[in-house]
Amino acid sequence: MSTASVYLDHNASSPLRPAALDAMVEALRSGGNPSSVHRMGRAARARIDAARRQVAALVGALPAEIVFTSGGTEANNLALAGAGRRRVLVSAVEHDSVLKAVPDAEIIPVDRDGVVDLAALERSLAASEEAALVSVMFANNETGALQPIGEIVRLARAAGALVHCDAVQGAGRAPIEMHGLGVDYLSLSAHKLGGPAGVGALAVRAGAPLSTDRRGGGQESSRRAGTENVAGIAGFGVAAKEAYGGLAIDGWRAGLEGALLNIAPDARIFGAGAPRLDNTTCISMPGVRAETQVMALDLSGICVSAGAACSSGKVTRSATLTAMGVDAAVADTALRISLGWNSAQQDIERLIAAWRELYIRVGRSDMSRARAA
Amino acid sequence: MNAVTQIRRNDQPIYLDYQATTPMDPRVLEAMMPYFTHKFGNAHSRSHSYGWEAEEGVEKARVQVAKLIGADEKEVIFTSGATESNNLAIKGVAEFYKDRRNHIVTTVTEHKCVLDTCRHLEQQGFEVTYLPVQQNGLVDLDVLRAAVTDKTVVVSIMAVNNEIGVIQPLAEIGKICREKGAFFHTDAAQAVGKIPLDVEAMNIDLMSISGHKIYGPKGIGALYVRRKPRVRLVPLIVGGGQERGFRSGTLPTPLCVGLGEACEIAAKEMDAESRRLTKLRDRMLKGLQSKLSDLIINGDLDHRIPGNLNISFAYVEGESLMMGIKNLSVSSGSACTSASLEPSYVLRALGVEEEMAHTSLRIGLGRFTTEHEIDTAVDELVRHVTKLREMSPLWEMAQEGIDIKSIEWAAH
Amino acid sequence: MAYSEKLIDHYENPRNIGSLDKNSEDVGTGLVGAPACGDVMKLQIKVGPDGLIEDAKFKTFGCGSAIASSSLVTEWVKGKTIDEAETIKNTDIAKHLALPPVKIHCSVLAEDAIKAAIADYRAKAAQKSE
Repeated sequence: MSTASVYLDHNASSPLRPAALDAMVEALRSGGNPSSVHRMGRAARARIDAARRQVAALVGALPAEIVFTSGGTEANNLALAGAGRRRVLVSAVEHDSVLKAVPDAEIIPVDRDGVVDLAALERSLAASEEAALVSVMFANNETGALQPIGEIVRLARAAGALVHCDAVQGAGRAPIEMHGLGVDYLSLSAHKLGGPAGVGALAVRAGAPLSTDRRGGGQESSRRAGTENVAGIAGFGVAAKEAYGGLAIDGWRAGLEGALLNIAPDARIFGAGAPRLDNTTCISMPGVRAETQVMALDLSGICVSAGAACSSGKVTRSATLTAMGVDAAVADTALRISLGWNSAQQDIERLIAAWRELYIRVGRSDMSRARAA
Repeated sequence: MNAVTQIRRNDQPIYLDYQATTPMDPRVLEAMMPYFTHKFGNAHSRSHSYGWEAEEGVEKARVQVAKLIGADEKEVIFTSGATESNNLAIKGVAEFYKDRRNHIVTTVTEHKCVLDTCRHLEQQGFEVTYLPVQQNGLVDLDVLRAAVTDKTVVVSIMAVNNEIGVIQPLAEIGKICREKGAFFHTDAAQAVGKIPLDVEAMNIDLMSISGHKIYGPKGIGALYVRRKPRVRLVPLIVGGGQERGFRSGTLPTPLCVGLGEACEIAAKEMDAESRRLTKLRDRMLKGLQSKLSDLIINGDLDHRIPGNLNISFAYVEGESLMMGIKNLSVSSGSACTSASLEPSYVLRALGVEEEMAHTSLRIGLGRFTTEHEIDTAVDELVRHVTKLREMSPLWEMAQEGIDIKSIEWAAH
Repeated sequence: MAYSEKLIDHYENPRNIGSLDKNSEDVGTGLVGAPACGDVMKLQIKVGPDGLIEDAKFKTFGCGSAIASSSLVTEWVKGKTIDEAETIKNTDIAKHLALPPVKIHCSVLAEDAIKAAIADYRAKAAQKSE
């Protein structure tokens, strides 16, 4: 791959931060099973303890509240099953690892910007006496739209409900204070913030219930059995430490979106009416299918995604955009551009140039519009 | 990047705990490195070249894993480790077939995660038979045959025990399972790469694999799931539908690559390594036996992986011995439950008495163990066992000819 | 789980290992614990004509903390009267060696051992005076 590649797909996976890699290589070379009593075991345990403090600090949790998992999907699954509430309310724009974990959950609709309809949530909470679990993501993976978690917690608390927040896309990109928000469970993924894939965490508020189905050794205070992924956890810790405070990309998104709208005034930015993560923009190129855009941009050395790239590579229509009431034909032209820790201004300039070229070449032709429709 | 250097530095103790975890093979780390740095894409991002490269790495690894166990790559699912694989295999089939079959057969010497899973399923209404093992640690095939019924959905028996290293008669067990129409799951975390395994010849339907027990990374494992005849599972982790829907979650590409490379190296070097380790183990055993009396080897010595010894040093408490031999990293009892002071349930299942179980050490040899290390370990063990026996009231009694069992001990 | 320097010193250089003649009238022997539980302590005291403990010996089958606890106790009792020795509390032992919580039972066993040795000595003395 040429060194000139531009990677703007951090919401799918962020490249590993060099410091995280260093920590991992050191851990990989040192070995040791953290459950072993001898000194190599204790050294491995110390690495995990250090990472636990670093990850806890990232989201304002206590180290003891962090349960390391194999990733965000497992963390979400664990929270939804482990809270022990049969009645679960989720937003319509949640990740599949939430939606499929509770197939009979009540779905709370979102508005045209993808933000949870608080009045609908309040009605749903009031509709039954049974104590519920509410699961709403911190930031959407496709549009970056931020949910009013504080408000959601207030409504949930009033109804005696527990709250889970999938913060996989938010952590390290926006400041998060778990206890300030008041959530009971918070899911995290390392590889979205420059740590390795294969590791994540569920922060469980001290005192919140958590049962587990996964049986085995008593690792993670009996909350998650299995030999710890020591190197992965160490890398996660260092990435969390570096990601603390979010990204220094103030104003970049505004500049990018302004430039793209200048090229194609009829392009649409999804979730624009809501507060969003600074790193994400989801924009349509009228008349050009997202797959075409992704392939053309890839040929220019630019990596971006269409729709929900996380869905195991299957290109299906974005459930998020559908829930926001976006027409299928428009949703199919939506491109997700997501920045991260190693993004530079010149990456954005390259993207703008390539996008312009593509739009001029393909987007304006009536034929392609007809094809897209 | 100078990531690949020697495994052991001089200030580090001699590592003899290869059943707890293995050091990474530098070649494995080398294979992983590109996927940490420039080939970092999400293997599920099929729309750009970063994603393709990652996917290629994952699929190559899948083939490497499959080859080592005689499977087709489509039958290999990546998981976060053997604990997850065991949970998924047993719960997954039990759940899927529960309307037709509700009985599970396992043994009392399985890894804790298998036993706990079975206990959990018992609470859910399944019936579980926990087979005893013989004094040598092996399953009695007649007892197994009698236990499997037309209600048995799965027989879960580990290939190699983590504490005593004994190898179960997998082909015979597989045959019995096939005859009775029950699925055969084997926790092969300690066996893969150490002994030849063939899912076809052994009629294995589900096999759990661990990365960090075979010189690969922690946090990755695999589950072999037979396609013909097809084994169906209810997934434990749901979401994006990765891994044929059996296991959702973004695949950790470097870890998959590491597991694959570890499998390929094992396939190439297994024979030579086995011979070398058998020699080292015999050397250790001879060295100890020539200088110490009252040693008991726990578990069958013939049906055993070469890299394991489990020895009771009579009259010397294991933890105090471990504290003495501080230049050796070994385990007393099972490392996974090391925080608890109760003696190993595996040794108890062999009929080892509690007082002897307290005196046992698990010594694990592996790829990077040298003859020099073995000699040093023998010297250290002999020195400390001798010193602690001098200090032991039980040793004194034994020398005086007093039968320790004749004393009425006050339990506390 | 890190052990204190004092504990490690007593484990590596145990004081007063050995045995006294258990049949001697001025020797009291305490044997406590059980092999099945993983700890056995044998603690012996030799009481001089002046009523002071002039010698103490131990042998212990058990973990490092058990060895250190018994070693420490033999040091403490020497030169004390048996009444004074009887006042040694397990908490003093645990504190002195900074035993981790899971090892507190070792100090309890050491206290039991000294009490048993004293009881044995007293029983012998009572028999003698009869």
